[in-house]
Amino acid sequence: MTVPAAPAAPATRSVVEAAGIRKRFGSTQALRGVDLALAPGRCLGLVGRNGAGKSTLVSVLSGIYAPDSGTVSFSGQPAPALADVGGWRRRIATVHQHSMVVPGLTVAENVFLGRQPGQGGLVDWRRMQAQAGALMREWGFPIDVRLPCARLTVEQRQIVEIARAIAAGTRCLLLDEPTATLERDATARLFTRVRQLTASGAAVLYISHHLEEVFEICQDVAVIRDGEIVLTTPTAAVSKEQLVAAMVGPDAVASPAAATTTDSRGSGTSARTTATTARLTVDRLSAASLRGSLRDVSLEVAPGERVGITGLLSGGVATLARVVAGAQPYEAGRVLVDGRPLTAARPDLALLAGVGYIPEDRQAEGFVPLLGVAENATMTIVDRLAGRTGWLRPQARARAAGPLTRRLSVVSAGLAQPVGELSGGNQQKVTVARALVRQPRLIVALTPTRGVDVAAKTLLLDELAEVTSESGASLLLATDELSDLVICDRVIVLVRGQRFAEFTGPPFDREALIAATEGLASWSGVWTISDRREDS
Amino acid sequence: MSDAEGRLWAPRSGAGDTVAAISLLREAALVPVIVLLVVVGMFVNSAFLTVPNFTGIGQQVSALGVIVVGESLILLIGGMDLSLEGTYGLAPMVAAWLIVPRAEYGAGTLLSPYLALLIMLLVGAFIGLVNGVLIVKGRLNGFIVTLGMTIVLAGVQLGIVSGNSVFNLPSVFTYLGAASVGTVPVSLIVTAAIFVITGLFLRYHRTGRAIYAVGGNLAAARAAGIKVDRIRIGVYVAGSVLAAVGGLMEAGRVSAVTGQQGYQEGIIFTVFAAAVIGGVSLRGGRGNMVGAASGVILLGLVQNIMDLSQVSNYWIEAVTGGVILVALLLARVIGGEAAAE
Repeated sequence: MTVPAAPAAPATRSVVEAAGIRKRFGSTQALRGVDLALAPGRCLGLVGRNGAGKSTLVSVLSGIYAPDSGTVSFSGQPAPALADVGGWRRRIATVHQHSMVVPGLTVAENVFLGRQPGQGGLVDWRRMQAQAGALMREWGFPIDVRLPCARLTVEQRQIVEIARAIAAGTRCLLLDEPTATLERDATARLFTRVRQLTASGAAVLYISHHLEEVFEICQDVAVIRDGEIVLTTPTAAVSKEQLVAAMVGPDAVASPAAATTTDSRGSGTSARTTATTARLTVDRLSAASLRGSLRDVSLEVAPGERVGITGLLSGGVATLARVVAGAQPYEAGRVLVDGRPLTAARPDLALLAGVGYIPEDRQAEGFVPLLGVAENATMTIVDRLAGRTGWLRPQARARAAGPLTRRLSVVSAGLAQPVGELSGGNQQKVTVARALVRQPRLIVALTPTRGVDVAAKTLLLDELAEVTSESGASLLLATDELSDLVICDRVIVLVRGQRFAEFTGPPFDREALIAATEGLASWSGVWTISDRREDS
Repeated sequence: MSDAEGRLWAPRSGAGDTVAAISLLREAALVPVIVLLVVVGMFVNSAFLTVPNFTGIGQQVSALGVIVVGESLILLIGGMDLSLEGTYGLAPMVAAWLIVPRAEYGAGTLLSPYLALLIMLLVGAFIGLVNGVLIVKGRLNGFIVTLGMTIVLAGVQLGIVSGNSVFNLPSVFTYLGAASVGTVPVSLIVTAAIFVITGLFLRYHRTGRAIYAVGGNLAAARAAGIKVDRIRIGVYVAGSVLAAVGGLMEAGRVSAVTGQQGYQEGIIFTVFAAAVIGGVSLRGGRGNMVGAASGVILLGLVQNIMDLSQVSNYWIEAVTGGVILVALLLARVIGGEAAAE
């Protein structure tokens, strides 16, 4: 690295440099002129809220998308063509949150994937295993290279990806939320490896939702907001509060206005008295899941109460909602609805117990695309619509679905139109109708406004609030979209699968909520901390 | 309902009728092809357009029709069952084997034919149960499970009678396949009834609707509280029982159960062809009994025209296969993207 300093980077020439990157998807301007440079031997943290443009930037930097304008260069050379996958892989390697190893192949094969040593198309297994083994030993990675990757843990698969990058001689590594699915000890070991890499002169871009991690291993930090880099600074020269402020932006002061709707509904929550039995009791619940594990989570939801669960979806928020909805098994603890234990992983029994479930991914779990609006909306009540012999008239279905689809303003060419033909917002309304039509005592909603437009979003939240007020049903609203929480009486923040903070009494301070979801313990908000976080 | 709502809803329900009309059009996609075949048949042979010929066709396709209903149900839940072919042969063979004396390759139990027929249905149900449990609970691939099952069943069918055929069957046994009410074969009446009842069941019964939901989106059906495992296993059982009934019809029609009934004629290929030509999707969740029935009728007509025409016996299969491919293409053109996939 004896090259003269490039003007953009402080001391040494950048390994990667992005200049004026712009990228638009349809009507969304995901990136608006991003400049970013990675210097050798340094780790740059990239932080920003969901939807700020982090993943688009990663995709542009790793050669998955071409930018609309702007350039990416590696050590001063222009980036290879998008089709030259091998060229990109030699220059930059990405370790994704979800591992990209081929499970059926061995560790050695994955390390040398696509460039196995050998001659004339024949793989020299002995040499490949020897080289992979030597690399693992040199870096102190304790993995047998002959094991199939299917038998590795999440942490070990990440190591394989890092080893692949090292073997390819890549000088630049993008780590995209690498700790999201790691245990605490594994995270510490990952940090050691990142320090090893930077010490060897590699440039690392570290993307994380956990600010304390950024402070721990990054020399520099960049904040992206609305597709723009709004702050780039050495980590030592910035405080966590300043980072959060940069991530949230100036419009954060508008947050009380967003919460005003809650006041008008305050009366509904007066029904929430200290009832003898909680509608929902979650007692020391632990669950292991690829969607994010839960550890020892306890909470209660009173009849008529609306409780928000927020944090990262992969931080246990999605898992908690799915367990309560009976969609997922759990390892330890209890889940009680109206004092009666819920059978694990039996959505049909959860339904009978009075739980209405609005799933996270409506395409996967929300509706049957070939079936009509009425049929999808009434799928949870066929037992009531059908006679004892099981026969039912389509008209009965339409009668049952009509009021609710009208109330939710489902726009369709009649109740017989297949839901697969509707727009995303209307599909979501049908999914919500399916949950509400049974008049549940507890509504479990997982990111109910994901991917719907603003009007539909307002309508869905208003309806959820109104239905709970009218019927006395409770609501468990699990979401990573903070603006959904306006309808909640109480918000519980999960960080790394554990209860981290609780906010009582709306309106909730948006900045404090964001700080809590980032795992920041010290914030000038009025909330209790239920955690053992000792750092800072 | 207020006035405003009334106005709001009037045009929408009108649009709903259009949707229904379009889906009816798709169901009837094969009617022009069938009409075309009838015209071709008239030119091929003057004996084609006669009552005896048509009752003959009816009797011939009845067994196929029943097994197509079974396979369609299984396809609707997103599964597939190759072993219906084996059940079609083995179930009636077991019944016949229990009835006839040892000298005629029977088991020597000389069972009452009524009891034997009951056992035949149970054999079908049992095979379906094994398939269903292996596929649903054991999470095994349906193609491989039922392929293995097909070979087992064909082997057992040959084994219990040492490869022989069983003749001299009692009239109770052959009634379904051989008897007629007036000029109309009993098998045709029963098959038509099975199509109608299954069609109504699929459209108006909660379990029938659950079959579409499971095949259309398993995870969504489960999240909506449908007991998806029970439905799927149940459909494998129902499909196999129907295959057993189809096999009984065939045995009655030819007054014998051969050691290779089902396997010999490779009936499973015809079954899949009829179902798919009739618009039952191999991906699950799409298709209905009107379509399946027209697929069966179409193949029956093709077979009959071949028999009546001057096509050499050695070439009949090649021509039939070609006609199946053309029919698939036509069904796709008429029925749109969704058809015949």
